[in-house]
Amino acid sequence: MENAVNIKINGFDYQVPAGSTILEAAHSVGIEIPTLCYLKEINAIGACRICVVEVKGARSLVAACVFPVNEGMEIFTNTPKVIEARKTTLELILSTHKKECLSCVRSGSCELQKLCHEYGIEDENAFSGDFVNYDIDRSATHMYRDNEKCILCRRCVAVCDKTQAVSVIGANARGFDTHIGSAFKYGLGDVACISCGQCITACPTGALAERDDTQKVFDALNDPTKHVVVQTAPAVRVGLGEEFGYEMGTVVTGKMVSALKMLGFDGVFDTNFAADLTIMEEATEFLARFKEGKNLPLITSCSPGWVKYCEHYYPDFIKNLSSCKSPQGMFGSVAKTFYAEKMGIDPKDIFVVSVMPCTAKKFEAERTDYSAVKGLADIDASITVRELARMIKKAGINFRAIPDAEFDAPFGLGSGAGTIFGATGGVMEAALRTAYEVVTGKELTDLATFKAVRGVEGVKEASYDLDGVTVNVAVASGLANAKKVLEMVKSGEKKYDFIEIMACPGGCVNGGGQPIVPASVRNFEDVRALRAAGLYNDDANLPVRKSHENADVKAIYDEFFGEPGSHKAHDILHTGYTERKVY
Amino acid sequence: MLKKISTIPFNGTPEQKAKLDAVIAECKDDKSQLMHVMQEAQGIYGYLPREVQVMIAEGMDIPLEKIYGVATFYAQFSLSPKGEYDISVCLGTACYVKGAQPIIDKISEILGIEPGECTADGKFSLEECRCIGACGLAPVFTINGEVYGKITADDVPGILAKYMN
Ligand code: SF4
Ligand code: SF4
Ligand code: SF4
Ligand code: FES
Ligand code: FES
Repeated sequence: MENAVNIKINGFDYQVPAGSTILEAAHSVGIEIPTLCYLKEINAIGACRICVVEVKGARSLVAACVFPVNEGMEIFTNTPKVIEARKTTLELILSTHKKECLSCVRSGSCELQKLCHEYGIEDENAFSGDFVNYDIDRSATHMYRDNEKCILCRRCVAVCDKTQAVSVIGANARGFDTHIGSAFKYGLGDVACISCGQCITACPTGALAERDDTQKVFDALNDPTKHVVVQTAPAVRVGLGEEFGYEMGTVVTGKMVSALKMLGFDGVFDTNFAADLTIMEEATEFLARFKEGKNLPLITSCSPGWVKYCEHYYPDFIKNLSSCKSPQGMFGSVAKTFYAEKMGIDPKDIFVVSVMPCTAKKFEAERTDYSAVKGLADIDASITVRELARMIKKAGINFRAIPDAEFDAPFGLGSGAGTIFGATGGVMEAALRTAYEVVTGKELTDLATFKAVRGVEGVKEASYDLDGVTVNVAVASGLANAKKVLEMVKSGEKKYDFIEIMACPGGCVNGGGQPIVPASVRNFEDVRALRAAGLYNDDANLPVRKSHENADVKAIYDEFFGEPGSHKAHDILHTGYTERKVY
Repeated sequence: MLKKISTIPFNGTPEQKAKLDAVIAECKDDKSQLMHVMQEAQGIYGYLPREVQVMIAEGMDIPLEKIYGVATFYAQFSLSPKGEYDISVCLGTACYVKGAQPIIDKISEILGIEPGECTADGKFSLEECRCIGACGLAPVFTINGEVYGKITADDVPGILAKYMN
């Protein structure tokens, strides 16, 4: 091993890469050290001290998550002293913790609960004393904060600041009064939070969670006057399985559809269809703007977290946003118009549920200024993957045992282009597959032509030649990366024609509404890449891989919209944006 | 200690704003100057209300929450203005032992404010402080620097009355 150092862990000799932390070195040889505050690439503050180990010659215990190994180091990860220190740390955390594991939304996926169990904390009240009471902040549309379950690890603060460049939450006051919140005690709904939910998936405990809309959905399902339909976003099929013990990256489309039918939905549809519809509209919009050289670069609008970020922080770019509704919005719009008409149902009796990998979609669902049917929301309830899993469990459906089923007509077909919407670069690639054929009039035979925009890097660039004209594109995911790209465009350093932006790093596969992945996995595996691989695999195996070849999409243009970008399409499938304040 | 956030309407003057703008202009390229800018701002306005923190946030291009985090962490920053009469009650050991708490309670009761707050008319503010070196007179408090020593809660109404009009 090049650049390796020799160390001893618990008496055994190992060679590990130089520069690794004790935590990484131990993991690489099969020894796990618990963590709470540490989150790879996001938070390395060495604050919680649950990861302490003994190092020969060191005067006190050291924090394994930040302490680097060096030649000859002797480490002990499991001595009575270490175990005692970790137990005390846990007992101290519990002394200011609202312990309600029986009903807590994170019971089973809580890192604190798991450690207390592993370390055999028998007396939850070993240190009892003052307890600071906090009200639960439910001011935001998409989530709530219960600071009585917060362990002050600051993972949420770091992700909001570093990954998302939003920074509306932080540690305030000091000592015993230290708490996470927004400036001047504003609720999260009253500050420029963009609803991405990345703080929720970063949180080790039940302090942060999505707003639970499952009861609303159950109520609709139990209401005989409602025709309840559901759509599932591309990235849901590759996330949901994890809730039922499938390996990360497993695509579970068939079982998901089956479970939704068993839950009693009157129609189970594929958001991939709506993603294909989005491509038809957006590729048309792009080619029109490109021809006129107007409002370029065109920037995608399918990520409502990004859209809200743009409205708050980069209002100058609102004119660059695609006017297309997101696939979620497009689906709701055609469900309440085309579908209502086709089925002969009054749109007000249609209840549209979305299952999304995203919490910002809850916020988007409540933007009703541009609804397809005036006075009705396009979407009646938008739930996350975690909420759907909760519904399936509550209904007693044995997910692993049920057979596969197929989506329903007329929105049951989705192309591979629609599927890859769920990963960063996917919307760009899907749009290019269609734009290429429209512009050149030739068939795109090599579906890997645009693969330069794939991959988990935060910023990707490519230039493509479409019949003699060069199109410069960029793809960014995670808003700190988007910010970099926008600043380069603003300063004139870069010139792009088309930019895809996703609020969540890696795109929807890593959305704020996906199953929680504990730090013990996140610190060593790339969740974004594993889940994206599932979607690209799905794409490769689908019979139709271009949006404009989707038969359901062709049918809706033939029967209803006429052609992409038509007046009717504009009325129903497009939207507008509003400038929002930061302070 | 949780700091009290003032509900008194902000009434900064254009002159104050010009002063703060000048400080920010000088420091805006070096974010490590944040503490310095905050200290200057507190010097100019006497406290750091939201309006002032927003000016700093926008001027320095630092999120408001980070500024607020600093303002609530360090004891030197105040989120509440000083009143025309600034009452400071000593909570040093000597004063505490000799009954400073009942004095604070009495002042709070009469003025309707907690330590760290200012009355709605901007007349009185109340704060607690460490030993001011007058332990022989314990318990003591000061009003705009004037020292009142060896007092009991019963003396408080009479003393405050002098400042009421
Ligand atoms: S946050 Fe964790 S430890 Fe706390 S109540 Fe919830 S499950 Fe239990
Ligand atoms: S939802 Fe996103 S923007 Fe809002 S606080 Fe959490 S991380 Fe920050
Ligand atoms: S809310 Fe969660 S992530 Fe944020 S500091 Fe508290 S425990 Fe950590
Ligand atoms: S100090 Fe290492 S995980 Fe918190
Ligand atoms: S303790 Fe109050 S003056 Fe010294």
